[in-house]
Amino acid sequence: MYAQIVKSEGAKSRDEMSPEEIAFQERIDRGEKIEPKEWMPEGYRKTLVRQIGQHAHSEIVGQLPEGNWITRAPTLERKAILLAKVQDEAGHGLYLYSAAETLGVSRDELLERLHSGNMKYSSIFNYPTLNWADMGAVGWLVDGAAIMNQVPLQRTSYGPYSRAMIRICKEESFHQRQGYDIMMKMCAGTPEQKAMAQDALNRFWYPSLMMFGPSDKDSVHSAQSMAWKIKINTNDELRQKFVDQTVPQAQYLGLTIPDENLAWNEEKGGWDFSEPDWSEFFEVIAGNGPCNAERLGARVKAWDDGAWFREGLMAHAEKAEAARRAAVVAAE
Amino acid sequence: MSSEWPLWEIFIRGQHGLNHRHVGSLHAPDAEMAIRNARDVYTRRNEGVSIWVVRSNDITASSPSEKGPLFEPSNSKVYRHPTFFDIPEEIGHM
Amino acid sequence: MGAAVETVDRTAFVDWLQRIGDSALILGHRVSEWCGHSPALEEDIALANQALDLIGQCQLWLGLAAEVEGKGRTADQMAYLRDVAAFRNALLVERPNGDFGQTLMRQFLFDAWHIELLRALRSSLDPRVAEIAAKAEKEVAYHLERSAELVIRLGDGTAESHERMERALALLFPYTGELFMDDDVDRAVAAAGIGPLPSSLKPAWEQTVRAVLAEATLTWPGEVYQHKGGKKGVHSEYLGYILAEMQFLQRAYPGATW
Repeated sequence: MYAQIVKSEGAKSRDEMSPEEIAFQERIDRGEKIEPKEWMPEGYRKTLVRQIGQHAHSEIVGQLPEGNWITRAPTLERKAILLAKVQDEAGHGLYLYSAAETLGVSRDELLERLHSGNMKYSSIFNYPTLNWADMGAVGWLVDGAAIMNQVPLQRTSYGPYSRAMIRICKEESFHQRQGYDIMMKMCAGTPEQKAMAQDALNRFWYPSLMMFGPSDKDSVHSAQSMAWKIKINTNDELRQKFVDQTVPQAQYLGLTIPDENLAWNEEKGGWDFSEPDWSEFFEVIAGNGPCNAERLGARVKAWDDGAWFREGLMAHAEKAEAARRAAVVAAE
Repeated sequence: MSSEWPLWEIFIRGQHGLNHRHVGSLHAPDAEMAIRNARDVYTRRNEGVSIWVVRSNDITASSPSEKGPLFEPSNSKVYRHPTFFDIPEEIGHM
Repeated sequence: MGAAVETVDRTAFVDWLQRIGDSALILGHRVSEWCGHSPALEEDIALANQALDLIGQCQLWLGLAAEVEGKGRTADQMAYLRDVAAFRNALLVERPNGDFGQTLMRQFLFDAWHIELLRALRSSLDPRVAEIAAKAEKEVAYHLERSAELVIRLGDGTAESHERMERALALLFPYTGELFMDDDVDRAVAAAGIGPLPSSLKPAWEQTVRAVLAEATLTWPGEVYQHKGGKKGVHSEYLGYILAEMQFLQRAYPGATW
């Protein structure tokens, strides 16, 4: 998902665990929340930092493809809705960075790792938004896929992460709807608008399927994360659920999902569909997606250009604090 | 570079007269800006009428290892709860 | 509606409403350009709130302008289907964002004027104007607090932030004079008791700006050349590009609904 390729070790068997690790695992199995200063295995902490960090980075990089259309939104109301939504993403990034910070890593450190390419963000945001219907497709498909992953994560074992997800899910409930609302308008509009909607679906369908990450059939990483309740469902489960949810929505819009193999499978009670091109996925993750350079470049530029601003405010705060202390001393 | 803004914990009292509640944290250079940022970050949906900000570093928290001694003794003071007392039904609500 | 409003020249009234609405629209547009690009997440979120307030205000002002005009136009049509010469915003708000300091200085100089305007409009003889102003005033009071606090902090921050804020002030101050110049439109609206004469807002604005600049250790620029034209539809080259971007979909697909 927003943390598609988080590496952790394989799950330990009970014999391999220390007594502390056993007690820790039992707490998780009982459904207890793990809180910041409590003992936790180093692997748990590291995996969480990577996962929450990637998730946070995805939120703020995710502002960019939609931010791309704020100044071109076709009505004042659409402009306000889009701006409010992209602002929410900044807020969600902020909540998630805060959750990561409880694990002993600062937001600035995480940002440095993003800027240096040591930490990733979701592959989806390296695709361009080329027409207005993309705002619909992003809300409908990308947020739809994200919600699918985030709803179960509200039950994740790490308290601050769980609480951030609860807040995010609550706020995000309007995001997918506003996207679908745009799609409905476009599909009921002129032939050009309908064509934009189909074009947006064509371009965002497979990248959306990629959001859930590669099949975890062979993944050793998933097992440990699932034991720790950092990951709740497998990638394949969520992807199937997403397709099953989305196909009827596309049909309602009168749009065609760009997959010749899409077919209802009575036996499994779900849709059969083509896998995305995983070689493309790994290229995008490796930095070769259509917009990687622009996205990361924009974040680095914002950070670098803003350094004087952050330093200026800090310097003023220190001066003011020193003046306050001097005044107290003088009064005594 | 040590220009990282300090972290602040944010407490907001909602519309309904309840106590201030911890809602999350954020970064700000000083207390005044922390309040402004809290207003912009944590009351986007009309959630609050009053904001407190506290530097995260200034919070002293109970240690998780003391959980037992701190909280378990109150488990046994069951008489503090109204359901401990049986009141005859004919008395009505009490 | 008061008798005064019925006597005012309708064209002047519409023009005057567009001045307020267009300034909110164009400043909201400029501020929204920062979304995703601000120097800190907290600022990104705060700026988006400001842009949202301004867009909301512009919908109300342009909606009223369309209503008074009586030709069946909507706020959206006003925003998306007028060309540069029909826009009445102040030149100040179409200045490019520049660095973050310039954005904040532009905001502060504008907010300090905006708040005085809205306060004066509370007693407008047109109740619709008074109502919009009352709503906007609360939002703008917050904008001003925030922009003033940041100008003070950056002016009195590091040597670099101080220098950048001085530069921002020097760049933008020459676009503030237009906010206080009275013309026939202003006089017609003032005579009808709908709005204040712009010149009457100057002393309070100057007091606010001088106080904040002093605390920010920045220098009040004094009498410098002042540009004008926006209020009459004579703009800088920047506005054409803003509109080309903003109006693209409405222009490329006339009549479509979104």
